[in-house]
Amino acid sequence: MTTSVETPDDAATTEPRHTPLHDEHVALGATLTEFGGWLMPLRYASDLAEHRAVRSAAGLFDLSHMGEIRLRGPEAGTALDVALVGWLSQVQPGRARYSMITNEFGEVIDDLVVYRLADDDFMVVANASNAPVVARELVSRAAPFDVEVTDESEATALIAVQGPLAEQIVTGLAAGDADKVRALRYYASVPATVAGVEALVARTGYTGEDGFELFVPADHAVALWRSLLGTGAEDGLVPAGLSARDSLRLEAGMPLYGHELDLTTTPYDAGLGRVVRLDKTTDDGAVLDFVGRAALASRRASEPARVLVGLGAAGRRAAREGDHVVVRGHVPQIVVGTVTSGAPSPTLGHAIAMAYVTPEVSAVGSELAVDVRGREEPMEVVELPFYRRPEKA
Amino acid sequence: MADATFPAQLQYTVEHEWLDGSDPAVVGITSTAAEALGDIVYLELPAVGDDITAGTVIGEIESTKSVSELYSPVTGTVVAVNDAAVDDPSLVNSDPFGEGWLLKVDVSEVGPVLTAEEYQAQVGA
Repeated sequence: MTTSVETPDDAATTEPRHTPLHDEHVALGATLTEFGGWLMPLRYASDLAEHRAVRSAAGLFDLSHMGEIRLRGPEAGTALDVALVGWLSQVQPGRARYSMITNEFGEVIDDLVVYRLADDDFMVVANASNAPVVARELVSRAAPFDVEVTDESEATALIAVQGPLAEQIVTGLAAGDADKVRALRYYASVPATVAGVEALVARTGYTGEDGFELFVPADHAVALWRSLLGTGAEDGLVPAGLSARDSLRLEAGMPLYGHELDLTTTPYDAGLGRVVRLDKTTDDGAVLDFVGRAALASRRASEPARVLVGLGAAGRRAAREGDHVVVRGHVPQIVVGTVTSGAPSPTLGHAIAMAYVTPEVSAVGSELAVDVRGREEPMEVVELPFYRRPEKA
Repeated sequence: MADATFPAQLQYTVEHEWLDGSDPAVVGITSTAAEALGDIVYLELPAVGDDITAGTVIGEIESTKSVSELYSPVTGTVVAVNDAAVDDPSLVNSDPFGEGWLLKVDVSEVGPVLTAEEYQAQVGA
């Protein structure tokens, strides 16, 4: 057999780094894999069971490979307005915003979640493999402003609890801060003590479920991890690896840098034009010129060459990254796109994929096919996300 | 997989298939292959009556994360397919050398195979 594993897609040549939770993963019997320059748990026992636990109860993730870059100072908001495509100075303290950093051509360097912790204090969370370049770019782009940029990735651990029982599990360990945590809205954060550890608790995630991300000092990660695992186990919480994280985010229709987003894509290609705020202004009402603005303004005004769509199959034979999207049943083949991510969906029971296709074939209901290792699988353009969590009762 | 042991009575291929010496021969994939894939969710196997050739791709094995091609260890004719494993591919993870078998083949010729010891040395287990 020849096996092609889709991720990790990391080109690091040095020894992968260990997160503060590495020994916990080893003790739990995790299968480890290199990802973004880090040695991370791919799965602990069963990737399907981990995926299902997140959909039905809760999963515990070590995300300490992610980068945390802090901007502190009176002009922190302005610096981010110039450095990123979003209008971060408009975000209220305690809230968070999904954003992107692009180059001058409007091409995506990374997608980010930006937390405003106070008027003059922001935390930018970057993907592991991009964290060093994002930190460098932020330092350079913020240089003209009264702001201090610090890469706090090394000192910060990130643990996520995701799933319908996440609130119950985290508040159960939050003692006097339980009400604060319970009251958190989606894309909001609050400092809280969880299992005796001072954490920044954010209601964010990458699974399509309710859940929390807990930023803690690296030397408290093990204590928090063990408390969450110990308390959550009775509610069905299990540790979950990158394999489940990837299948969960795919079902939720969320882009993964290096797949749906990279230096050949703009936010508009990915259907994420809403994060680009061409309308942002300075305090005195003038148009604010941010890195990539001119290119993005022109890109927005033109017809896209390709658009990101969801594809659904009837069967379980899955398209994988790089497979060609074709006109169904046409000989010779007419290629109309390329798959960026694909897998058999554990929740839906059939294969799903995301793909860039030409605009003419991108409408929902468009009947296409994917050349899966030499044989066409019929696929139809479907609405994203593939999976939406049930409304809270 | 450091303590993996492979049944001594079976033969193995470098592509991680096994076959037994019975007639017809039973074919499956090894515990090493199943472990590397993660939870298997989809099997595509040849049909009963198909003629297969040693060393050629005869099927696919998918997990959420990966897909592997199944190479035939033998030349011959498929006489049975494990429908239970097609219906519930987790059998291949839970019992790759038993309930998770894939095919029975009326063998005309066996391709290059390894002993359990040789296979074990190859996978470094």
